[in-house]
Amino acid sequence: MDFLRPTTWADALAAKAERPEATPIQGGTDVMVEINLDKGRPAALLDLNPVAELRDWSSEDGWLRIGAGVSYTRLIDELGDRLPGLAQASRTVGSPQIRNRGTVAGNLGAASPAGDSHPPLLASDALVEAESVRGSRLIPIGEFYLGVKRNALEPDELIRAVRVPYADGPQYFSKIGTRNAMVIAVCSFAVALHPSRRGVGTGIGSAAPTPRRAPEAEEFLAGELDWDGRTAVPDETARRFGELVARAASPIDDVRGTRDYRVHALAVMARRTLGWAWTEYRGI
Amino acid sequence: MSIATGQVQGVGQSLLRPDGTLKVTGEFAYSSDLWLDGMLWGATLRSPHPSAWIRSIDVGPALAMPGVFAVLTHQDVPGVKFYGLEHKDQPVLAIDQVRYQGEPVALVAADHPETARRAADAIVVGYELREAVTDPRQAAFDPACPQVNPHGNVVRHQPVRVGDRFTADVVVTAEYEVGMQDQAFLGPESGLAVPAEDGGVDLYVATQWLHVDQDQVAPCLGLPKEKVRLTLAGVGGAFGAREDLSMQIHASMLALRTGKPIKIVYGREESFFGHVHRHPAWMRYEHGATADGMLVYVRAEIVLDGGAYTSSSPAVVGNAASLGVGPYEVDNVWIDAYGTYTNNPPCGAMRGFGAVQACFAYESQMDRLAEACGLSPVEIRIRNAVSQGSRLATGQVVDTPAPLAGMLRELAAMPLPGPGSTDLRALPGGVAQTTHGEGVRRGIGYGVGIKNICFSEGFDDYSTARVRVELLGGEPHVLVHTAAAEVGQGLIMVKSQIARTELGIDRVTIVPADTTVGSAGSSSASRQSYVTGGAVKAACEAVRERLDKLRAGGASLAEVLAAGPVEETREYRHRPTFPMDPVTGQGDSHTQLALCVHRAVVDVDVELGLVKVVELAAVQDVGRIMNPLALEGQIHGGTAQGLGLALMEEIQVRDGKVLNPSFTDYLIPTILDMPPMRLSILENPDPHAPYGLRGAGEPPTLSSTPAIAAAVRNATGLALARVPIRPDDIALAGSALAG
Repeated sequence: MDFLRPTTWADALAAKAERPEATPIQGGTDVMVEINLDKGRPAALLDLNPVAELRDWSSEDGWLRIGAGVSYTRLIDELGDRLPGLAQASRTVGSPQIRNRGTVAGNLGAASPAGDSHPPLLASDALVEAESVRGSRLIPIGEFYLGVKRNALEPDELIRAVRVPYADGPQYFSKIGTRNAMVIAVCSFAVALHPSRRGVGTGIGSAAPTPRRAPEAEEFLAGELDWDGRTAVPDETARRFGELVARAASPIDDVRGTRDYRVHALAVMARRTLGWAWTEYRGI
Repeated sequence: MSIATGQVQGVGQSLLRPDGTLKVTGEFAYSSDLWLDGMLWGATLRSPHPSAWIRSIDVGPALAMPGVFAVLTHQDVPGVKFYGLEHKDQPVLAIDQVRYQGEPVALVAADHPETARRAADAIVVGYELREAVTDPRQAAFDPACPQVNPHGNVVRHQPVRVGDRFTADVVVTAEYEVGMQDQAFLGPESGLAVPAEDGGVDLYVATQWLHVDQDQVAPCLGLPKEKVRLTLAGVGGAFGAREDLSMQIHASMLALRTGKPIKIVYGREESFFGHVHRHPAWMRYEHGATADGMLVYVRAEIVLDGGAYTSSSPAVVGNAASLGVGPYEVDNVWIDAYGTYTNNPPCGAMRGFGAVQACFAYESQMDRLAEACGLSPVEIRIRNAVSQGSRLATGQVVDTPAPLAGMLRELAAMPLPGPGSTDLRALPGGVAQTTHGEGVRRGIGYGVGIKNICFSEGFDDYSTARVRVELLGGEPHVLVHTAAAEVGQGLIMVKSQIARTELGIDRVTIVPADTTVGSAGSSSASRQSYVTGGAVKAACEAVRERLDKLRAGGASLAEVLAAGPVEETREYRHRPTFPMDPVTGQGDSHTQLALCVHRAVVDVDVELGLVKVVELAAVQDVGRIMNPLALEGQIHGGTAQGLGLALMEEIQVRDGKVLNPSFTDYLIPTILDMPPMRLSILENPDPHAPYGLRGAGEPPTLSSTPAIAAAVRNATGLALARVPIRPDDIALAGSALAG
């Protein structure tokens, strides 16, 4: 196994172009687990840690551009106020040590359906900034996940950054685990209210081959909410929203949970997160 | 002699453990850190199948790999090809067949651990699959079931028969299930085998009992015992999982074959296949009582799945049978406890050892009975509680203090925690934010457990201690040498405390445990403070007696020791125990019994089935507190392990295969799962035990599980007859609870 260690972004892109089979590694919280479990052995590791520019974030036109090397801990501390949904999800990742190392970009690179950052990224219409020696492109998050641990990156591309719009309304993330910390999601859900366009964003985790949105639920809820009057959401609407979210999932039975439980829990989480989001929107 | 000093860090004092800081800072040398220049790495090829014939093994491809020094199969076992704790039925390496997933088939030694693993993978084994026997009740009771073991599929059937009245006004019947728990120690099986010039081997391993390892390893190597010398290496937790051998014979075989030191370290996944687990249990209980809640009879059938090999299943069955009704007075008992052979993972010793499974069932029954009689859970337990003079189901009379009723009253009188906080960390689901309070209901539950301390049923249970007093740098100094395994429980402190108290000398060195001193018995059954503590005390007393004689003329200790060291070795045995009658289960099978009671307060999200344990309170009678800090740690730890069994810890097995051999999917409690504890520790001495002490490590593991399960039932109104309780069991139990 070769170990490539570029020190600049340009060198990293060149290395990836030359060795497209190389696996990028940043925090190593996913890649090293796979290697330690002997699940496939990359021909080469491309260590991005020395690439300083990846550790920066910036803000422009109401969007945050989060470098691929920004850890969960920094995201929570430095950007939590502008990205509450993503910060809440980041807070549930592993242990403090893992959050010090792990990154959202790493989550995207691994593209596990159980990755914690996917649902809030979906709910807030994030963009993945992918780059290669051929150039740079922005991939809408909804088009990024292709299958279990498969994403839309080309073999020569690396994730440069994740672009997320500032929260324009309440955002909530909720995740089921069978212990109260440090657990991989049995299933998870994120909701984001977008009052500026009277829209609703959703994201479902660990309940389908890929993270996915619940478009029917989004559309239904956006039409039902009393955006101007801010009156309470009728129970029936909340329940229907939960049902539609659950219906958007296609979970399986596995070692972490059953299909039936996941469907049930998604409906509950959708209903509850909506309740918290709407309460916050109403300002009570 | 005067005992002016030796009290500062003597018996009863809180001592910081010498290994504590090292462990917290990552500097402690565990068995997996052992290293010798020129050593090779061993790897084990294991069966991927739970049941298969082996038609061929081709080691050629592995041997052909550069860096590989040896590839061994059962044909290379130099001596006896089987080993085992109670029956020598486990092959060192599989012979013609495999009986469980993970059974060792071949060994490799190579100059790099990865080379060794790749070479093991290159070995070609021709398996012919056969049907796996995976239902223990079918294995035990269906005559048509294939035989996993040549002697039949029942390891042991132990009945208990007392009285003949099996009718009552109030009868509650239920079936209970306990999942397969793992000891989940953090330090994987590992060690170093060094070939010696005399043709023997020096083995540095993390184990619970050096001498029983020696007894099992030597015959398999075809060596006399004295040529297999063991030294305890740094142990990263045990909890029963190091009672059986893992890599000891394998590393020694490779060392003898290659003439080089061999290191073997299991990875985390391999570790799940490298040790036995807690027996899963299927239990049917029927309790009969008078209308006012006085027990009339208990009937129980307990099936414990021992998996493919015997391990310690017979003793586990004995415990489940003898302690199967719990610490309650009942005149009519009909118990059948079975251990089975199946093609499931082998099960054996784990903290609580057969008493844990039965405790979950009988305590669940007591709650049902309380409800049927209109009594509180505490009241029904008090009414039936044993006390000194009570007769257990085995006919054994409790001849030492057993103040269970008082312990329950004290527990019930402890203040309850206040209402839940809105901090996410205090809510079910934690920071994963599944609730802000919606669906959360509080529940309270009680659990009582009784555990035998020390080995039972006639076992010759003893320990040996060598104590030497000498001058070092002009100062009197004590050396304490035993073979007792420090597995994290704090025994090294207890030994030094005893030496200080008995000899009045402050400076005490605990010599590393090895086989150059007599056996100490196992670090199991909560027995080391009792038995090795007793041996150290006896050896100290013998040394003191000699010193007193030498000083009779008024000489100082230093003057006496100037003539040379004074050394004594003593064996210590507890009161003898006796086998259970094979037909009636009667007999004084235990030497000491220990009680712990727990109260659990939980918040349950009844819609999502997630649980936050808010507080655990416990009252335990330990006879004598040897080291308060270490003791509290034992109670906290035992309680946490019981919490794990109640709510999350389970090795999931399907068709004989383990589905979750990792700490990603085998969950153990974190600090956000384990609540603060409220403890009351009683000291009602056992006059038969050194200092009156009572073993303390296991009892809390028994009672915390049923207390938590009862609290979850109390919060949800559900029957919940199986642990660990899964979110599904609560959330999908019925929509009536939604709110």
